[in-house]
Amino acid sequence: MTSIIEFIHALGKYDFLQSALLTAVMVGIMSGIIGSFIILRGMSLMGDAISHAVLPGVAVAYMLGINILIGASVFGVLAALLIGFVASRSKIKTDTSIGVVFSAFYALGFILISMAESSTNLHHILFGNILAVSDSDIMTTAVVLGLVILFVVTFYKELLVTSFDETYAKTYGLNVQIIHYALMLVLTLVTVSALQTVGIILVVAMLITPAATAFLWTDKLNVMLVLSAVVGVISSITGLYFSYTFNWASGPAIVIVAAMLFAISFVASPKQNFFKLKRSVAR
Amino acid sequence: MLTVKNLTVAYDDTPVFSDVAVNFNAGKITGIIGPNGAGKSTLIKAILNLIKARQGSVDYNGQSMKSVQKKIAYVEQRKDLDLTFPIDVLDVVLTGTYGKLGLFKNPGKAEKQASLDALEQVSLSEFKKRQIGNLSGGQLQRVFVARAIVQQAEIIILDEPFVGIDLQSETAIMQILKQWRDENKTIIVIHHDLNKVTKYFDDLVILNHGIVDFGPAKQVYNPKNIESAFSADLSSVLFQEKEGVQ
Repeated sequence: MTSIIEFIHALGKYDFLQSALLTAVMVGIMSGIIGSFIILRGMSLMGDAISHAVLPGVAVAYMLGINILIGASVFGVLAALLIGFVASRSKIKTDTSIGVVFSAFYALGFILISMAESSTNLHHILFGNILAVSDSDIMTTAVVLGLVILFVVTFYKELLVTSFDETYAKTYGLNVQIIHYALMLVLTLVTVSALQTVGIILVVAMLITPAATAFLWTDKLNVMLVLSAVVGVISSITGLYFSYTFNWASGPAIVIVAAMLFAISFVASPKQNFFKLKRSVAR
Repeated sequence: MLTVKNLTVAYDDTPVFSDVAVNFNAGKITGIIGPNGAGKSTLIKAILNLIKARQGSVDYNGQSMKSVQKKIAYVEQRKDLDLTFPIDVLDVVLTGTYGKLGLFKNPGKAEKQASLDALEQVSLSEFKKRQIGNLSGGQLQRVFVARAIVQQAEIIILDEPFVGIDLQSETAIMQILKQWRDENKTIIVIHHDLNKVTKYFDDLVILNHGIVDFGPAKQVYNPKNIESAFSADLSSVLFQEKEGVQ
């Protein structure tokens, strides 16, 4: 209990901790929202792939001294296009195509990073370094959050119908490809923001775990989006607290909290009906 | 009239069918029958522009299918859907209004009312808040028919709507199809149950990697055609039974 009070005190005292909290909250919201669409579209693997495939973009941005959002977006969208291209122009299945493309991008990223920067930076990219976010990082994250909310509010009905019933959406003339690639673009932006809090390796957890947790509690998409964002925020704040108090790396701390929330929901949610299921199996 | 001209569709190099020419008339319920793998679903997917034809064309009263896309409703097979999706019955029906709304416009009061009315027509009003996974197969099928009602389409295409559903739902759906027929719409139904063919359909298309025959159901549904599309055994069983009853 004392450590919670200490944490709140420290929040009042240290700018870096305030920045960390603000960033964590924003990333929690955006990854919860976009993650919901990722899991409903059965694209968890794609989310993982895109989050890894931005690595060379990050490296190139370092080398050229440009905003990493730009570098990462280029490589993220490139990876999404390439995955789609390989899967549609051959007999190779999509998951295989994802595996080939993203591992190649990831490997390229490692090589470029080692050419560009010292190894401490690589460590931060991989595992996140939320206690070192700059003011410009916060600004960038806020812009991405704004874009995510704008995107989802504007195209809510298109995102809903293509996630639920893509064939039907095609029959009434909706360009489902554009929706798909727009979502991939937004996903890469979210990935880059989440990179600061949880690092590349664990971005996928922030996309999937809060969304999966929310899914267990509701049958309405709009409720799921809000709930998922809330779970993302709670995980981020609580994880940051653990990270500060016990000196854990921020990424793993946040992800573990999210996983705990999922585990509780898995057992307790009425929709999941864990106890009833267990009983009916036992019978 | 929906006109299919010299249509050839192929996956890889083997054509599913080639040179298919057939007409679907307005004000008629047209059934498509044929053995498994005959190309029934492929034919309607080509009509719907979901797959590219290798050759030939489809038009509706002389207009390209692309230009009349908003006038088509498609009721797909239920097995192709994610039934765990967080969406309730009313919201599924509401997606039927999306095509006419276009981008940037959200469904409002009028759209919601149209959806409620459509649910009333298929007797599912009390289920409007139910998540779609918690419906029976027949109820779910009626939900998608309600979505087609909301689309106010001129052409309605249904892929195996009667598979695995209860008699009550089947009757309810058939009633809607007849209502559409009376409104002079073009209704196309892929069907598997040969017993009810002449009872349900005005026109019939018999398919087996190409058109075996098409025309008024009572003429086309004969031993010779069934034998050539399916088998002599099936044909003799079906038609002997029929004569026995009469």
